[in-house]
Amino acid sequence: MSTIDFDGVSHAFGERMVLRDIRLSLTEQRIGIVGANGSGKSTLVRLINGLIRPDTGTVSVGGLDVARNAKAVRRQVGFIFTNPDNQIVMPTVAEDVAFTLRRRGLTPLEITTRTQAALERFGLDQHADHPAHRLSGGQKQLLALAAVLVAEPEIVVADEPTTLLDARNARRITELLLGLSQQVIVVTHQLDLLAAFDRVIVMEDGRVVADNAPDAALGAYRELLA
Amino acid sequence: MIGLYHPGHSLIHRAPMLLKLSLLSLAVLLVGLLGELGQLGACLLAVIALFLLARVPLGAAWKQIGPILWILVIAVPLQALFAGWTTAGLMAGRLLIAVALAALFTLTTTVTAVLEGFQKLLRPFRRWVDADRVGLLLALTLRCIPLVAEIVSEVIEARRARGTQGSLLALAVPVVVRSLYAADAIGEALAARGLDD
Ligand SMILES: Nc1ncnc2c1ncn2[C@@H]1O[C@H](COP(=O)(O)OP(=O)(O)OP(=O)(O)O)[C@@H](O)[C@H]1O
Ligand SMILES: [Mg+2]
Repeated sequence: MSTIDFDGVSHAFGERMVLRDIRLSLTEQRIGIVGANGSGKSTLVRLINGLIRPDTGTVSVGGLDVARNAKAVRRQVGFIFTNPDNQIVMPTVAEDVAFTLRRRGLTPLEITTRTQAALERFGLDQHADHPAHRLSGGQKQLLALAAVLVAEPEIVVADEPTTLLDARNARRITELLLGLSQQVIVVTHQLDLLAAFDRVIVMEDGRVVADNAPDAALGAYRELLA
Repeated sequence: MIGLYHPGHSLIHRAPMLLKLSLLSLAVLLVGLLGELGQLGACLLAVIALFLLARVPLGAAWKQIGPILWILVIAVPLQALFAGWTTAGLMAGRLLIAVALAALFTLTTTVTAVLEGFQKLLRPFRRWVDADRVGLLLALTLRCIPLVAEIVSEVIEARRARGTQGSLLALAVPVVVRSLYAADAIGEALAARGLDD
């Protein structure tokens, strides 16, 4: 499992300090991140694939400094956003999945085969030629997952992937994420699903205030909210 | 195209995109030159035959062609009044054939095929234009149509829910702002998918 390292990372948007001297080494397979709105969770995970660059400190993935190797890192790290509408690029379902495989030196046949396999895996094969924007919210998030996983990344990062979904779809997506063979890092507000994680990090005002097994971390988070 | 593609295996589905596009342009040009109603009628029959060959469902075809019929219902009598029935008939026939052929193209061609076709077409010029980027831009533009349409309908709904009514500007501002946010998020997602180069 490749390691994600935060070494003294701080970040500010204008005057506002959003992350303060974060030091973390993420090696566990399933890592959950929780915290109040605005505590810096999205900023933290966006640093992992270089969507945001740290003001100070370094983030590295598998030994690669993200700031200097963003492109190589993004091939290893798949990212799922909250709103699947924003990550669908192509008009139809199959085309969107195939889109991830562009410029990877694959033959058209390989692209078709891998796309088809990914669609089947997420139960989207009957929708292959349907307009992606007409899928249901849950199906759209499944499509986003298929489009990320078709490239076989080593790490999957998801920033509140279930916030826009109903309870059943939220559970389904979370279970899919937790069942992946990859390392998964999930930002979530679904506290009831945290028990299945190996490690839970609690953020508060740009700092890590608890970092533990789910039970202990959740206890700390509840105290914080109280 | 734009999610209008209707999957199939007909000759028309399998024909190369650039061939279809050239034939489409040629046909539209030709129909513009035809001067007799009888000739246009024959063309119309040919177009119908093409639709049958492609096995496009009636409903899907109607969605594309229906709106133009409404326009013709109004435009034809008007033009007949000013220029006579023959001219009006010619105009209606040409328009109908052009729209139907364009619809047939979109119904039987995927966006990916269009992108690949253009990339092939632009390959000799790759020193000056990045065909892949042009293709991507085209795909994103198509993708934005339903997205913006959705934003517009949501903004209208939100206004209705709050019981407010106002000028077009009051509608345009939130639409533009939300579209910009969406564009920002899509840009981020593109980068995450390794396409910021
Ligand atoms: N692009 C930006 N420009 C300016 N400020 C930003 C930007 N992105 C985030 N912020 C600010 O940084 C702080 C932390 O934001 P972040 O999105 O990381 O929080 P979060 O923990 O993900 O919150 P939420 O639970 O609401 O998603 C917030 O105060 C937010 O307003
Ligand atoms: Mg967030």
